[in-house]
Amino acid sequence: MADVVEVFRSPHVLEYPYVRSTGPIVGGYLSGLRDGKILGATGAAGRVIVPPTEYDPDTAEELSELVEVGPGGVVTTWAWVSDPREDAPLSEPFAWALVQPDGADTGILTPVAASGPDAMASGMRVTASFLPSAERQGRVQDLRCFVPEEAS
Amino acid sequence: MSAPKPVVGNRPVAICSFAQSPSLRRVDQANEVEMLMPVIAEVFAKANMTKDDMGFICSGSTDYLIGGPFSFVMALDAVGVWPPKSESHVEMDAAWALYEAWVQLQEGVIDTALVYGFGKSSLGDLSRVLAMQLDPYTMGPLWPDQVSLAALQARALLDRGLSTEQEFAEIAARSRHDALKNPNAQVRNEIPVAELLEEAYAVSPLRRHTLPPLSDAAAAVILVAGDRAYDVVDRPAWITGIDHRVETHAFGARDLAVSTSTAMAAKIAGVGNGPVDIAELHGPFAPQEVIVRQAIGLDDSVTINPSGGPLAANPMMAAGLIRMGEAASRIWDGSATRAVAHATSGPLLQQNLVCVLEGES
Repeated sequence: MADVVEVFRSPHVLEYPYVRSTGPIVGGYLSGLRDGKILGATGAAGRVIVPPTEYDPDTAEELSELVEVGPGGVVTTWAWVSDPREDAPLSEPFAWALVQPDGADTGILTPVAASGPDAMASGMRVTASFLPSAERQGRVQDLRCFVPEEAS
Repeated sequence: MSAPKPVVGNRPVAICSFAQSPSLRRVDQANEVEMLMPVIAEVFAKANMTKDDMGFICSGSTDYLIGGPFSFVMALDAVGVWPPKSESHVEMDAAWALYEAWVQLQEGVIDTALVYGFGKSSLGDLSRVLAMQLDPYTMGPLWPDQVSLAALQARALLDRGLSTEQEFAEIAARSRHDALKNPNAQVRNEIPVAELLEEAYAVSPLRRHTLPPLSDAAAAVILVAGDRAYDVVDRPAWITGIDHRVETHAFGARDLAVSTSTAMAAKIAGVGNGPVDIAELHGPFAPQEVIVRQAIGLDDSVTINPSGGPLAANPMMAAGLIRMGEAASRIWDGSATRAVAHATSGPLLQQNLVCVLEGES
């Protein structure tokens, strides 16, 4: 008998095709993005958390008040993607970053569209770039990316 | 002979047997059960015990890797539990399964437990799989890959002046060198740091050598409580402290350059109560080792990851348990008297477990 082992390979897609309500806090954030606004939640000691969480990450206190932050902000850390994956939010080379919008105390995970790694730095100012209003659907992708402030 | 008094818990529990499969980029011709079977057989053989001697069985794995529900139930076939046994599972690294078993043993009803973990990263796109552990509304739909996220953490560390790219490369070179002595490791070679630093960035500021390998493997340990541990091994690796802590999944609200949860767990586990000979740390990306080491408070005298660590082999859901097994092995062979094992779970060191193991001197 030939010493050949044929390995069976087949695609397997696992899906959870359910929907759920996003509620007043997360839903409020996504509705805000649809309207071209970034909303954060006021947490313990006045700390503004964005994206808003339903509870304060430090004290577990339930949060309910949403406030508008941004659209400008500061890059707190970044990573340069020279070869974007097929599923990346931008098809050209870009930076993943945490951006702390003006008026907020935490960072949003977001792509930053910049010309290259030399155009990126922690502490640089950026501003939000939304999809055209007709294309927004109340989802996180409505906030397409941030761009360097001088380029906006 | 008597067990050292534990800092956490009342009942001394020891790691008494450990087995692992070699970490490979792709285990093609064995499914998860088949990958586990020789490991389970070996961990029992080393302890001269059988499944019938076990009071409890606990495993760590994730259905998201295999792409099917209740894969841990199938995995039980590797043990062949009939008649049925008390059994549990965590959708986490099996280091947390060990924690659950340790809690059970504290109750005093049972004296023994089998803990195992397994994962095959080769079955899919690991970055897609790991993106599904992120916030499903504000992060997941963007499909950020795990390397880019680790690069954000690395930059935070560099910006703070807490490490350098040179140190990342030194950690990788040390890990690969030490792995030459570990037949189960996957990335084992001798490459000068200067050569590593010439590599292009995978995602800046991370070069390829700072990334853990994609691994398929399984691991298992046996825990024994009280004096029965001496029936299994001459010098049991006593768990004198163990604790785990979690931080918010909203990692934009965390200081990524430090690990508050690791520091808390290390304090409660009593790491600082005595000198540490070796530490097995589960910071899968090189910069994360720096963060974990600083959080635990290990100085330069401590030998880090003599097994080669996760930069040499990183099987999902087993790499944390392997840290505990490797640390215990250093107690058994007498090369360490007090060892620390660390495991992490979730994005960017979200959740951390710290365990102190001691042998009698």
